Amino acid sequence: MTTDDLLAVLPLILVAGTIILVMLTVAVRRIHLLTAGLTMSGLVLAFVSLFMAGRFSGRSVTPLFIVDGFGLSVMGMVIAAGLVVALFSFIYFERGTEQRDEHYLLLMMAILGAMVLAVSNHLGAFFLGLEVLGVSLYGLIAYQGTESRSIEAGLKYFILAAMSTAFVGFGIALLYAETGVLNLSAMTGFTSHAGIISLAGILLVLVGIFFKLAIVPFHLWSPDVYQGAPAPTAAFIATASKGGVFAFFLRAAGMLALPAAPYFFAGIAVLAMISMFAGNLLALQQQNLKRLLAYSSIAHMGYLLITVLAFQIWALTAAIIYLAAYFIAILAAFGAVIALSTPEREAEKLEDYRGLYWRHPWLAAVLTLSMLSLAGIPLTAGFMGKFILVAGGISKAFWVLIFSLILSSVIGLYYYLRVIVTMFAPLPGDETEHPVSSTMPWSGWIALASLTILLLWIGVYPSPFLGAIKTILMTGG
Amino acid sequence: MMLNWLLLIPLLGGFAAWLAGLWRPVWSRWLSLIALGTYSVLVLWLWSVGNGRLTPDPDQIWWLQFNRAWIPQIGARYHLAVDGLSWILLALSGLLGMLAVGTSWQEIQEHVGFFHFNLLWAIAALTGVFLAVDLLLFYFFWEMMLIPLYYLIGIWGHERRVYATLKFFLFTQLGGLFMLIAILGLFFVHGSATGAYTFEYQLLLGTSSLIPGWAFWLMMGFFIAFAIKLPAFPLHTWLPDAHTEAPTAGSVLLAGLVLKTGAYGLLRFLYPLFHESAARFALIGMGLGVIGILYGAVLAFAQTDLKRMVAYTSVSHMGFILLGVFAWNDLALQGTIVIMVAHGLSTGGLFILVGDLYQRLGTRDITRMGGLWSLAPRMSRVGLILALASLGLPGLVNFVGEYLILVGVYRTYPWMAVVAAIGLIIATVYSLWMIQRIFTGENTAGWRIADYGRRELTIMTVIVGLLVGLGVYPQPLLNAGRATLKHLQATIASVGPEDGERQDSTCTHGHPLKVDEDNTVYVPEEGK
Repeated sequence: MTTDDLLAVLPLILVAGTIILVMLTVAVRRIHLLTAGLTMSGLVLAFVSLFMAGRFSGRSVTPLFIVDGFGLSVMGMVIAAGLVVALFSFIYFERGTEQRDEHYLLLMMAILGAMVLAVSNHLGAFFLGLEVLGVSLYGLIAYQGTESRSIEAGLKYFILAAMSTAFVGFGIALLYAETGVLNLSAMTGFTSHAGIISLAGILLVLVGIFFKLAIVPFHLWSPDVYQGAPAPTAAFIATASKGGVFAFFLRAAGMLALPAAPYFFAGIAVLAMISMFAGNLLALQQQNLKRLLAYSSIAHMGYLLITVLAFQIWALTAAIIYLAAYFIAILAAFGAVIALSTPEREAEKLEDYRGLYWRHPWLAAVLTLSMLSLAGIPLTAGFMGKFILVAGGISKAFWVLIFSLILSSVIGLYYYLRVIVTMFAPLPGDETEHPVSSTMPWSGWIALASLTILLLWIGVYPSPFLGAIKTILMTGG
Repeated sequence: MMLNWLLLIPLLGGFAAWLAGLWRPVWSRWLSLIALGTYSVLVLWLWSVGNGRLTPDPDQIWWLQFNRAWIPQIGARYHLAVDGLSWILLALSGLLGMLAVGTSWQEIQEHVGFFHFNLLWAIAALTGVFLAVDLLLFYFFWEMMLIPLYYLIGIWGHERRVYATLKFFLFTQLGGLFMLIAILGLFFVHGSATGAYTFEYQLLLGTSSLIPGWAFWLMMGFFIAFAIKLPAFPLHTWLPDAHTEAPTAGSVLLAGLVLKTGAYGLLRFLYPLFHESAARFALIGMGLGVIGILYGAVLAFAQTDLKRMVAYTSVSHMGFILLGVFAWNDLALQGTIVIMVAHGLSTGGLFILVGDLYQRLGTRDITRMGGLWSLAPRMSRVGLILALASLGLPGLVNFVGEYLILVGVYRTYPWMAVVAAIGLIIATVYSLWMIQRIFTGENTAGWRIADYGRRELTIMTVIVGLLVGLGVYPQPLLNAGRATLKHLQATIASVGPEDGERQDSTCTHGHPLKVDEDNTVYVPEEGK
């Protein structure tokens, strides 16, 4: 390993270093502000170091990692999302709970796992990243140890995730048994001439990936976990966790030429369509905003799978833009939820948002915009994401997939609008059952404001972003 | 730059009105009026720019345009342009916008600032729709228009507003997405054929002849979107609900402008872009138009809710537009433009009248009205004139439009015109019946209401004045649209069926995306 190698993976090293530093600090003194501050500074540093790592774009660091434009972009998004989640966590835990410092350790570990996934070029590294992410999530989800539903969610996630890990492990073993390699680069275009054992292995790995992405029919954990987990954790699961796994899936599917095999293509396409429809249909009658967002995520992952099927340069751009738009919207939505929540009493029922326009107009505006973005309405980033996705799909003549996307997103529009309708419904007469008023610190408002500005900016004038992504993807690689 | 101001004034005015509304509601009303007044002055100024352009010249078709790169990576441009057709609709937007503010003066008392914010933003989005000549930009404004309207109906509407808004939004969104697919289809067809990936309207004209088989389906994408907005017969069901539940200003905007976007789309985009497929589709299109005319009229006759009734008359009147567009000859097209204005004024006026009645009576139930003439003679006279306009009495502008369309259609499909003319008879019946039930007869319910005051009378004077003025002397209206229509017809004639080598030299505006593998966002890979 040379210095250049180390510089190329500097973001990973910095995050890992911050974990140790935070752990030591927590061992000495438990100061919430300090812990959170260190966490966030570490993340900011790691984000800055991405630009350093960008100079070595396209470099393979040990057989495990490849630091390329795509990986770096996803890492950047994961770190940024992690930063926002860390800030939200601070606001959230400041309002209650005894132990709050360990949360940041687990969060950082999860971020590290997602980052590893984004740049892993090796099934070993993939497994490692998946586990680092997964194990920290068990803790994060069940963090509110006194709340039964939190424990229930954690347990549910633990059992299902452990099982999916077993699948992944067995799948990797099968692949290794037949090919003798674990490096993705050594498996280029492998699917076309894979033997039956390897195919079974790929299938098992896919199960694990789909589980993490909550693709139907592997989605059953998702609504319960979103509901039971503390709101910042749910935001993390919806964004960084899925983003990291998706990045690896996109990379691996492209390397192995997975979509080139008709049965894999058909299988993934069918699952994508089922996810679009099931996610949107199941969300229709939800009265719980967190569950609603869980189903919405399922649908969005269905849309994203289209990029996997059309593995080429636009697919990478489309995936990055779509993920970015989705991250921003989901984070903004959870930000609004967190602004109104305490660890003891989360504002998760739609009823809690009745009349929000007239109580907290700014918060309502943020939530509205994020809903519109998730629905893919113009002026918001979600539209640009969806537009590029649809455009790419049409250029590849994926008509069935595109029509499924269109129809299911119209269905989806119904429940996003329902959230908005609730917010401008007249105020309920009695002021008794209101969750906490939004006494957010200024940092929270800055985060929400930046997310909103990004949301609108990408939605109205995406040109600089597209240009930047193009530059990043083209360097090295 | 002047065209940008047309967008910026309502956008900024909307913010100003919102903020002012937090302070003093009445200020936000005045600010909105001032903003829309400035807007209208600008539009009038545009007339002086374009007035000389009565002869269609392919290079000079736009009176004024503004063209900048928007998303160069995908060849989308921020290209606004105005010609006669756009101008008429801009003028209508300014006028109806002011009337909408005026008519809300008493009606809207809650969240006044936010109301005017939405009103002005709706006007801005509509302006964008009428100005955009880049298809992606057009789609952008097309969808943007929904959100403020959604709020207008959803917050200030009547009892079943939530249902109505959802239906409205879902219908139009579905149509919009089909249009998006069609736009992208054109984009890729043009791109792979010429190497220029562009959304530019002028460049895409004639693209459909490259793909004779597919063109029909792409056209259907546009048709569904426009037919929903218009609305045309089987896709109209959102309209009565949205109209009935909307506040008066919302109804005025919906009837006067939003429905016109559908008509505008048919004229500007659907027929010129897909003229061959459209010509094949013409009989069905006209058939739907005729069905709409009769069906809307019959249903209007059957309503007891006054607002719902006026909504169905809209369906009926919009049938004429479908008829006129698909007949696609001089007279019919002229008639279409006239109908757009006439319907905006007369139906907008009727909705205002219904709103005024509702404020006084607290009901829209026709069966409970009656004998209002002696109580409110001024209001009743206005109502009578509006009803007469709606039924197409000569001397009022609606007649001009309907007459032109029927004559135009008669030349090509005589029996179509004959059947459509039956609609006029039903229109007479329901209009007079409406007047009879509301204003004459016994005042059985014992109503005591105030007659029109100064504000309401001013609004109505403007509407009636224009209805009569343009009805007697429609020439300015015809002139304004003529150059555009000539141009549209000429474009189609010049782009012959098999004329593949068209206008390669004019690709200067488009930003060709190189078909490099490592180039940009999504160049389709050749041969895959």
